[in-house]
Order: sequence, then C-alpha cells, then structure tokens
Amino acid sequence: MTEGVLLSGGAGWLFAIFAALALASAIAVVAARSPVHSALFLLLSFVLVAAIFILQQAEFVGAVQMLVYAGGIMVLFLFVVMLVNPGVTRAGKSFQSQFDVALVLLPIFLLPFLYILGTEKLPDVPVKPDAFRMVGQRVVGNTEAVSWVLFRDYLVPFEVASVFLLVAMIGAVVLGKRSLEKMD
Amino acid sequence: MKNLLWAIPLVPLLGFLINGLVYLLTHRTRGESHGHGGGYGTDAHTAATAPDSAHDTGHDAGHHDIPFKGLHTVVGVGSVAIACLLAFGAIFDVGLKAFAEGASHTITLWRWIPLGVNQAVGQIHGGAGEWFVDVTLRIDSLSALMLAFVTFVGSLIHLYSVGYMGHEEGYGRFFAYLNLFMFAMLVLVLGGNFLLLFVGWEGVGLCSYLLIGYYYEKDFAADAGKKAFVVNRIGDFGFILGIFGVFALFGSLDFPKVFAAAAANPAAYTPYLTVICLLLFVGACGKSAQFPLYVWLPDAMAGPTPVSALIHAATMVTAGVYMVARCNVFFRLAPNAMIVVAVVGAFTALFAATIGVAQNDIKKVLAYSTVSQLGYMFLACGVGAFTEGMFHVTTHAFFKACLFLGAGSVIHAMGGEQDIRKMGGLAGKIPTTYRTFLIATLTISGVPFLAAFFSKDAIKAAVFHAEFHAVPWLPKALYAVALFTAGLTAFYMFRLLTLTFWGTFRGTKEQEHHVHESPSTMTIPLVVLAFLSVVSGYVGVPIIEHGDRIGEFLKPIRLPISGLEEHAHHAPLSVELGLMAAAVAVASIGIYLAWSWYAKGEGRTPARLAAQWPGVYRAVTNKYFVDEAYERVFVQGLALGGGRFLWEVDATVVDLIPNGAAAVTKGASWVAAFFDQYVVDGLVNGVANVFQALYGLFRRAQTGRVQNYALVMGGGLFCLVAAYLLFR
Amino acid sequence: MTITINHYLVVSFLLFSIGFLGVLVRRNFLTILMSIELMLNAVNLNLIAFSRRLSDLTGQVFSIFVITIAAGEAAIGLALTISFFRQRKTLDVEEARTMQG
Repeated sequence: MTEGVLLSGGAGWLFAIFAALALASAIAVVAARSPVHSALFLLLSFVLVAAIFILQQAEFVGAVQMLVYAGGIMVLFLFVVMLVNPGVTRAGKSFQSQFDVALVLLPIFLLPFLYILGTEKLPDVPVKPDAFRMVGQRVVGNTEAVSWVLFRDYLVPFEVASVFLLVAMIGAVVLGKRSLEKMD
Repeated sequence: MKNLLWAIPLVPLLGFLINGLVYLLTHRTRGESHGHGGGYGTDAHTAATAPDSAHDTGHDAGHHDIPFKGLHTVVGVGSVAIACLLAFGAIFDVGLKAFAEGASHTITLWRWIPLGVNQAVGQIHGGAGEWFVDVTLRIDSLSALMLAFVTFVGSLIHLYSVGYMGHEEGYGRFFAYLNLFMFAMLVLVLGGNFLLLFVGWEGVGLCSYLLIGYYYEKDFAADAGKKAFVVNRIGDFGFILGIFGVFALFGSLDFPKVFAAAAANPAAYTPYLTVICLLLFVGACGKSAQFPLYVWLPDAMAGPTPVSALIHAATMVTAGVYMVARCNVFFRLAPNAMIVVAVVGAFTALFAATIGVAQNDIKKVLAYSTVSQLGYMFLACGVGAFTEGMFHVTTHAFFKACLFLGAGSVIHAMGGEQDIRKMGGLAGKIPTTYRTFLIATLTISGVPFLAAFFSKDAIKAAVFHAEFHAVPWLPKALYAVALFTAGLTAFYMFRLLTLTFWGTFRGTKEQEHHVHESPSTMTIPLVVLAFLSVVSGYVGVPIIEHGDRIGEFLKPIRLPISGLEEHAHHAPLSVELGLMAAAVAVASIGIYLAWSWYAKGEGRTPARLAAQWPGVYRAVTNKYFVDEAYERVFVQGLALGGGRFLWEVDATVVDLIPNGAAAVTKGASWVAAFFDQYVVDGLVNGVANVFQALYGLFRRAQTGRVQNYALVMGGGLFCLVAAYLLFR
Repeated sequence: MTITINHYLVVSFLLFSIGFLGVLVRRNFLTILMSIELMLNAVNLNLIAFSRRLSDLTGQVFSIFVITIAAGEAAIGLALTISFFRQRKTLDVEEARTMQG
C-alpha cells in the first residue's frame, strides 16, 4: 500500500529521526536493567511518539498523549518504582527463561506483516491534507474537529470510557489497600 | 419204619424249637451266672489258670433255680432218644443183610428247586437234563452206620449233659442248641444229594459256632466260636466249588445218579474229577480239621465238654470223612487227588500228635488227639481204604467221646481245673471215671483186642499194601509215619493218664477236698461208651474169615467202576501178623516211655529234655506258632492290611475325582484371578497410566507463569493470522 | 524523503514487536507493564497513520480512547504491582507461579 504520500521533504526526515529514536528508546526500555531506567526511556519514547503525531497534524492526540501518558502514567510508574524498594528490583535475573524462544518468535511475526504489506490494497482515496482540521468545510483546528466527531458520532463510547475510568479508579483503590480484611 | 426217615431229623428239630422258645420266654437276664473265669487260657502251657473255669459246677455258688429244667431235660434228651430209636428201627426195617447187599431206601419229601430243561447241563452225559433238586432222604449202608452211632452217642451225651450242665443258667439254651445240632447232623447224614448234605454241613457249622461260644460272655469263647466258623467257611468255599463242579459235570446232584454215571462212564469225567475231588477235600479239611484248617479245633475246647465230646470228637468232625467216603467213586477215578488226601492226612496225624505231646490242658491234649486220629481216617481214604476209614470213624466216636466225657468228669471233680500239672492221684478218688478213662486210653493206644486196635491196624495194613503208580515209595513212607504216630498217640495218651490219675495229688487243699465222683447221669454214659470202646472193634476183625463184617457191610458203597480193576489186598498171613506185631510193639514202647517218664520218673526226663532243646520245646508247646503265623499273614496282612490298602485306594484314586475336580477348580480360579488381575486390571490401569503420562506431558504447559501463556498466545495468534491469510 | 504509509506501518510493527518481546521476556513486573504501554503506543501510531491516509478522523478518536484505556489499565496494573509486592516482597514474576501444575 504505497499510494499516497503522507510526508515529504524535510518533514520526512524529521519523521525518520523521530522514528529511529523512538525505536532505540523502546529497545532501551526492554533491555534496561533497572526499572527506573526503563521508565525514563519509556517517557522518552512517549515524547517522541507525540512528536510524530504532531508532525501528522494530529495535534490533539499528541497533546493528549503528552498529558496522559507522559504526565500521568509515567508519573504513576515512577511513584510505584520508588515505593517498591529499588534494591529488590535490581536483584536477580532480568530476563525470563523463555528469552530465546521469544526472540525466535518475533521474526516469525514478520512474515505475515510483510505479506500484508506487499499485497493489501487500500481504498483509492486521495490524501487530503487538511482532513484533520476541518469540520464540514470550515477550518476549525484539529481539536474542534476531533471533538465534533467524538461528541457527535462516538458519544456512547465516550460515556463508556468515563465509566471505565471510574471503575479503574475504584479498582485501583481497592487493590492498593493494605489488607482487605480491614474493609467493612 | 423206614418210611419214617423224615421223622428222624424232625424230632430233634422240634426239641430245638420247644426248648428254644421256652428258654427265651423264661430265662432271667444274665448277671446271675458267675464263676466264669479264665480257666481256659489262650496258651495251654501257661500255668496261670485259676481254679474257676467257665463251667459253673454249682457247688459253692449255690443252686440256681432253672425254670422249666425238667421240661428242658425231657425234651432235650427225649427228642434225641426218640430219634435214636427211630433210626435203629429204620435200619432194622431195611435189614442189615439187605444193606450189605446194597439195599437203600429213599424218600422224597418235596421238590425244592425246580427248573426246567437246561440244555447246557445235559451235554456232558449226553442226555437233556431236566434240572431240579429234591429234598430227598436216603438211607444206605454208609448213612445207616453214621446214623446209628450219631444218634446213639448223641443220646448218651445228652444224658451226660443233664448232669454236667445241671447248674448252668443257660441250661435250656444248651439243650436247644444241642438239639439243633442233632437235626443238622441228621440232615447231613440222611441227605440224598449234595445240596442237602451241604445244608446239614452248614447247619452243623452254625451249631458248632453257637455251642463253642456258649459262654458268650467270655472273650476267648466268643473268639473261638468265630474262629471255628470262619475257618470252616474257608473249607466250605472249596466244598461249594466242588459241588458246582459236580453239577456242571453231571447235571444232577443226586448221589445215586451221579455215582452211577461216573462209574458207568469214567472216561468222560476223569479229566475233571481231580479238581473236583481236591475242592471237595478242601471242604473236608475245614470240617474235619486237617492241616492247614485245623486251627479251630483246639480253640473250640472253650466250649462246654459235652460239646467237645459230641461235636468235635464223634460227629461233626467225622462229616468230612463221611463225605469223602460217600464220594469214593470220584476219588478212585482221581488217583492224584487220593495222593493228596493221603499225604495231608498222614502229615496232619503226625503234626498234631507232636503238638499233643506237650500240652498241659486235658481237653487240648484230646483235641490234638482228635485231629491226629482224623488224619488217620483221611490217610485211609487216601489209599482207597474207605471202609477201613469209616471203621475207624465208628470206633473213634466211641472212645473219643468216652475220653472227652471222662475229662469232663475230671474237670467237674476238680472244680473247673483243667491243667493236668495240677492233678494227679485221682484214680482212687474218682474210680468210675478213672476206669472208663483207662479203658478208652488203652483203646486209643492200640492195645490188642480193644476196638481201636482193629481199626487202626486195618488202616495201617491198607496203607502198607497200597499202591500209588505215580509215587511207588509213598505208601511205605506213609506207613512209617502212621506207625510212628501210633507210638506217639500211645505215649501222649498215657502221659495224660499218668499225670491226671496216677502219682500224688498236686492240686490245692481246697481242690482235694472238693474231688468227688460225678452223678450217675454222667457216669452211665461213660460206662456205656467204655464198653463200646472195647467191643466195637470186633466188627472188623481181620484175617478171620467173615471177620470183617463192617467191611462187608459197607462194601456196596464202593461202586464198581467199569474199566478199573479192583484188587483186594489179600496179603499173606505173615505180613499181616508182622504188621500187627509192629503196631503192638510201637504201642508198648509208647506206653512204657510214658509210664517211666511220668509215673516212675515223675517228669524229670522230659524236663531235662525240654531244657536241653529249648527251641524245640518252645516250638511244640506253642503249637509251632501256626496260629501266630495265620494271625500275621491273614488277619493282619490280608484283612487289616487289605482294608488299609483299600482305604488308601479310596482316599487317593477314588477320591482323585473330587480332589482332581477341586484342583482343577483351583487352577481355573487362579487363571481367572490372574487374568482379572493382570489383563483386565492391566487394561484399566493401563488406560489410566496412559492418561497419566499424557497429563504429565501436558502438565509442563501449566507453568503458572503468565509470560509463558503470553508466548503461547502469541504463537497462536500468529497461526490464526497465517491461517486467515492463507485461506482468505 | 517521501514517507508513505508503509513506513509508518513498519515503525509501528517494530515498536509493537519490541513491546511484545518485553512482555514475554522481562522478569520485573513494572518492566512488563511498561512494555505493555509500548505496545499500546505502537497501536496508536498505526491508527493515526491510517487516519491520515484515509483522511478520516475516526482513527484519532479511536486513538484517544486507546489512551484512555491505557491509563485505566496502567492504574490497575500498578495497584496489582503494589499488592503483589506486599505479598511476595519481590517484583519477580517468577514468584507468581502458584498456578503451576
């Protein structure tokens, strides 16, 4: 599926740099011995991915990514890492015993991917450069465009997502309690 | 009168029935008869015989009140006396001269076993035989002779028993049995065919058992009765086989028919007659106590003395000789059988005489003497001297009965003692008994001009002159044996006499006090018999012309056989006299030795001899251990051993089937269990084991680690995608 | 240089693979959770790329939802981590083998 140019020129080069860095930091996340290092590299990869989003003019998503992921989840991760004795996390082996098996498995996944890459045809739709900022025929900016779609076409999933968040919050509180027997 | 033949056995039978019935109804239960000690021990030579014998003399025990004693006496003695009168009446009715010429009288009572025509039976003698057996009573010279002395001696002994058994509680029973015996004996003697003879034969055997075991509470008496019956039975087995043979050969069992057929056509029967004669002789051995079936006779002395006198001296034991004499035609046609008879007779005579020498019981000595004398009679028959044999039967009946009754009188006087070593000097104390006993002893020893001298001499002469073609030297050897036995006879009889009547009394003071003469019911028969012991020989005087009356009387029974020439032994006078002299000499030596050893020497020499040859002495006093040998071989070996063997067979072979079935069942159940345990359970367990192995295999997938599950899920995802892409 | 959808897809795939590998291989609970976040991130990238290519905002909306869910899941996961740590005094997932067999 090669028709349609998404980025070209200098934006393309930026994308390439950001992608490479993101991949490197991802590898670093997986390979780092200390969870603190993993967390930091993960943060980096989040930021890089957000940059890639913005390159594609999906500013809202990029902003949300930065806010939620980098600002919320990673902070949470770091809290927990600090809560758990770092000395403990460093001891022992880092990798599972099935490391070699898993390593073999991943390249095998490549095969269907390449096949799809080679054979699938996307619908012949031209790439509209301003698709992300237009509502109707007005140019309103990405955020408004997204919100128009979100609150009009996908209102129900939006509400479900909020319920989910409520459940997750309660669950986290419950699971995090010291002893369940003390609850009444 | 001769037509009343049937009454002769019938009267004693009636006597038996009356006496038996009355006795059964009136006798008190036992427990009152006492004094039945072990007077008659199992070993004659052991001295430990207590003065109380089985016989109750009644003097010290007090009188028993025997119910209906008079009835029993009259019926018992009377029936036999009447039979005796009837017998003599019948005999004289036919006439002695007529008998000597071969007359006979037969009355047929009824058809006993009627069977139609039997084809197979008639084949040998050519005619189709209509087979039947009648109850036929027949009197001819031979049966007349037997009849005469059987009834006469029987009557005397019945009379004697009145005195002897007078204090016995079983008085009535005794006379009942005695009458029954007379009935059976008369049937035997008067029987006109083999079957009726056999009926009488068996009957006397039964009565012998009953009377020997008269003191049934004593074990030795009961055992002796059983022994007599069993040994007799063995002989009877041979006898009945002989009768079968006669029937098979001739198709009839009637005496005149059979003997006439044999005499007329000997060639047809001769091949078979040897066997038949031997079988008949086996029967005679059993009944007449010849070797090896003699063992019952000495033990039979356990019975009361009158029984011994009547049955085991005068009548029953002579039935064998009578039968052989009756069948003389057969025997004369089977010379080999005759040889056997003669040899067995001679051997028995000598054998028994040697045992008699060392016995210490009065009755035992007389018993062995009887066996010995019977051997003489068979020896006579064996050499063909049937009439001489019957002559000796007659004289023997008289003097042996006299001896036994005398012995009974002695025992009665001694209060039950039977051991002659404890007697002595009784001659003066019981004179009548002594004198009659002396006369009888002289007779049996062969003192000249007394009865047995003539009969024994006749036998010896016949033996001397006999000819056996097969074994020419045999008659002379047999003669030597007969001569020597005569000497032994004289010796042991005089030993008996000496120890019993002469010398000094060796018993206890109490016994000496007790000695007394017997009542007249006992002494009268003794006197009569002693008289007959003297005179009865004169019917058979040799040498003198017509002196052998008895020989002439009995001649008709010796039927002439066609083709067989009869040579009468008319030996020269010198030989006859020489033989007589030899007999006299031998008898004298015997008497002298007895007298010198026992009377004069008071037993020192015999004691010395016994000490010198203890083995011989022991063998003789123990009757050559024949009884012990029989006990070992037949009783222990065959009967008990056979029984044990059969039990073993049953336990193993016969029980093999149930045991085998049990073993098979066990095996089958083992196989089934094995199958169930290993195969069936194996399958079930095997299935479970397979699954367990699989589980073990699959368990590895359950690591509990989520990352492993995630890996597997990834693998699965890949497979799904691949499948989707491939089969899109 | 000209970037087509393919490049985005490759990058997204690689990110996803690395994240998946981290999930499978690492022993530390927290690192596994972080790897899960990586995977979700790669999915987001894929969604945005397709949204651009197809000029459809739905992809972005979807992506927002993914981020929402990721946040919730991270919260729960971390709470579990704390609970696990309180029980076992370790963050080694090898200890979480009570379901073995």
